[in-house]
Amino acid sequence: MEGWQQVSDVAIIGVGLHPFGRYPGKSALTMGAEAARLALADAGLAWPDVDFAVGGSFEVDQPDAVVAELGMTGLPFTNVYNGCATAGSALALAAQQIRLGEHRIGLVLGLDKHEGGAFTADPTAYACPAWYGEMGLFLTTKFFGMKINRYMHDHGITQQTLARVAAKAYANGAVNPTAFRRTALSEEEILSSRMLNFPLTQYMFCSPDEGAAAVVVCDADIARRYTDTPVYLRSVVTRTRRYGAFEVHTPSAALEHVPAPTVEAARAAYEAAGIGPEDVQIAQLQDTDAGNEVMHMAEVGLCADGEQNELIAAGATTITGSLPVNTDGGLIANGEPVGASGLRQVHELVTQMRGRAGDRQVPSVPRVGLAQLYGAPGVAAVSILTT
Amino acid sequence: MAGEPIAEGLFTWPSDQPRLIGGRCGECDAVSFPRRHGCPRCGAVAVTEELLGREGTLWTWTSQGFAPKEPFNGNVTVGAQHAPWFVGLVEIPGELRIEALLVGVTPETIEIGMPVHLVVVPWRVDDEGRETVTFAFAPGAAGQAAHDGGGVAAGV
Repeated sequence: MEGWQQVSDVAIIGVGLHPFGRYPGKSALTMGAEAARLALADAGLAWPDVDFAVGGSFEVDQPDAVVAELGMTGLPFTNVYNGCATAGSALALAAQQIRLGEHRIGLVLGLDKHEGGAFTADPTAYACPAWYGEMGLFLTTKFFGMKINRYMHDHGITQQTLARVAAKAYANGAVNPTAFRRTALSEEEILSSRMLNFPLTQYMFCSPDEGAAAVVVCDADIARRYTDTPVYLRSVVTRTRRYGAFEVHTPSAALEHVPAPTVEAARAAYEAAGIGPEDVQIAQLQDTDAGNEVMHMAEVGLCADGEQNELIAAGATTITGSLPVNTDGGLIANGEPVGASGLRQVHELVTQMRGRAGDRQVPSVPRVGLAQLYGAPGVAAVSILTT
Repeated sequence: MAGEPIAEGLFTWPSDQPRLIGGRCGECDAVSFPRRHGCPRCGAVAVTEELLGREGTLWTWTSQGFAPKEPFNGNVTVGAQHAPWFVGLVEIPGELRIEALLVGVTPETIEIGMPVHLVVVPWRVDDEGRETVTFAFAPGAAGQAAHDGGGVAAGV
């Protein structure tokens, strides 16, 4: 018996999504409540059945305020925030509480509502000096431009490959009824859109937006009481940057080089799950921009550095390819409500692994899925799911 | 060139040969920038001032095609009317890599590996006419750049 076929201890029994996009006048908490109700209905549970909850958001200080709409049952509700890896931390905390035997059924909820345009903040809150922001260097998009430009130099990745990644995202969005961007775009349209941060054009980037996602987790021993199609959360690992990593929001970097936090999170997640990258049949990767998807393919071990040109040109990462990546259109087609984004990834993995993805269903229902998050100032999370 | 530095303790100024002010750890010898109380490599609080080298090579770069939101506040050498401008990561041999604005480069001339050197450039003029300067890197070695300090246009 392969390692990943052994019994897990945490199961996902319900998922819910409030589609990501723009919803003037609708609050993040209201979207969160809708996602939570959908996840509960999917699991055949009512809110009073939930023992505990974990909520994540960037814009909403206390996602637990959602109980005003779901019902004030007095449950323990912990709020977490960990940048773009918020959902990974929320899932990890929920899994730990179940493994410790503290609780049996939990809701993990992510919700956010951002204004348009690139994220900004107070640089000093990210251990950066004020001048770094004044000089326009406190900007995630420019870091990603610099990182992929060096990666292209080192590994021969082409701008055409970046355009292919973005075109695939919009094509997947076009067949995903809940996607934010549902219009397919050609590689030419993507390449000729405005150059924001070379080599990344406007249509290669995701946009901050609004939305919510929820996941019901439980002790795997009782999962089949609630669903015939449990998906097991085999591992979820978060990491921060080490000295020597080249990371977003850093005025300087060391000469000595160490792997990005995604690499370390992936290694630890594979080890904890007892499976390897060769077992992964579907992946959801942090595609803040097309370059990130390319680099993250290698950082999580799904290919070697430099193999992406050939793999992507051959369609390997499309829905019908040998290794489908971001089958729902990823961040590029869905946008990024930070607190919810990683739970959208889990929602998509579970939907695909249950064979319920409709027009975008991967033909051979995948049994091993990986989700990866990365963001400022150098945080990463990797989750591995199996059926 | 007139003007106050964008921050205290960031680079030596006024100076014909400005240097960035970093730190060196008394425990592990790591060079860091900007200078902080603790060492980012080992955490020791034994960091002393270290003036960084003026010359380096361009490790990577990107263009900046839009004016960032606040707290960005440049309006002379870069800014909305100058977009795109260029930024990069400059490797100072034996020390570290530094994120910085790049001046005097164009889409045709900029390339990974090119030699660059530290310059001080005009950054903004406020409503009352007060001038602020900041650091950037320009092509070539430190000795050969006669235009240093002249407010080099940021490129196309």
